[in-house]
Amino acid sequence: MNNLLIETTYFGIVLSLSTYWLAVQIRKRWSYPIFNPLLMSALFSIMILYVLNIDFQTYNQGAQMITYLLTPATVCLAIPLYKQTQILMKHFSAILISLLCGCFMGLISIVILCFLLKASETLLCSLMPKSITTAIAIGVSELIGGQSTITVGVVILTGIFGAMIAKSIFKIFHIHHPVARGLALGNSAHAIGTAKAIEFGEIEAAMSSLSIVISGVLTVFLVPMIIQLIV
Amino acid sequence: MKYIHQFLIIILISFLGELLSFLPLPIPASVYGLLIMLIVLYTGVLKLSDVEDVADWFILIMPVLFVPSAVSLMNVQNELMENLVTIMIVLVISTVIVMVVTGKVAQYMIERKENHE
Repeated sequence: MNNLLIETTYFGIVLSLSTYWLAVQIRKRWSYPIFNPLLMSALFSIMILYVLNIDFQTYNQGAQMITYLLTPATVCLAIPLYKQTQILMKHFSAILISLLCGCFMGLISIVILCFLLKASETLLCSLMPKSITTAIAIGVSELIGGQSTITVGVVILTGIFGAMIAKSIFKIFHIHHPVARGLALGNSAHAIGTAKAIEFGEIEAAMSSLSIVISGVLTVFLVPMIIQLIV
Repeated sequence: MKYIHQFLIIILISFLGELLSFLPLPIPASVYGLLIMLIVLYTGVLKLSDVEDVADWFILIMPVLFVPSAVSLMNVQNELMENLVTIMIVLVISTVIVMVVTGKVAQYMIERKENHE
């Protein structure tokens, strides 16, 4: 099967889109958080690749075309942000302080948990940038001596997990303000959280996009500082 | 022609972001591009109507664009599997903490301000 498909361009795209479509259909019928379309789509794709014995490289030949579109899509997140300029200005200090608190508490919790679980220093460094967008996370991880392959996996899993739990967390902790929801999603689950925030509404999407940029910058500065303190 | 023009602008800005990402900073092309797009909108170089339709389309399809990255997890599974329990515990707890702290602090500050008005 791999030999046949290794020459194709569209297989990876067909597999990605069809599993995602299937996942959305399942989600429509049973709306449990565990039926996250991205998670299910990825699991279906991986299962099909395993069963048919197809390499990731063969899949990715076509699928990378989809990944290429992530950059222009992220660029387009500037549009909801631009439309919500008024809200951004009005709540400027609340936005900055809440993102800083979230980032800081997240990083401290990772340090404490890694210490309690006796994780290696490499693992700690690979986990630190887990709540920021992949490309920045790889840079931070390599800078402090983490393993970028672990970081990439953890970043994606964090995004999926954040998107999965957002609705329940907002309910349990009574987070109902659209600005607060957007910031919470973007700060904890980067671009995948932002994709989820789009479902909530335009203000949520704008604030979540903003969080990707600000939390990325905050993490770049905070992580080396915290690492220096504890090592 | 409208769509081609809008598509061109978005891809052009992505390309500029890509060029900037060669600078020795850990900032990806997409973040540079997002900032460039904001600057051209705020300075009035571009109007919202120059990009809006195609941008809306890109934002709508964004969730599906992460599928290949998520599938790529099948490659790193060995390194992840070795420390899976530790990683999952840290991931779950710290993600919840970031989400709750950010959301609660933001909401508290916004509501306090709105009550003062």
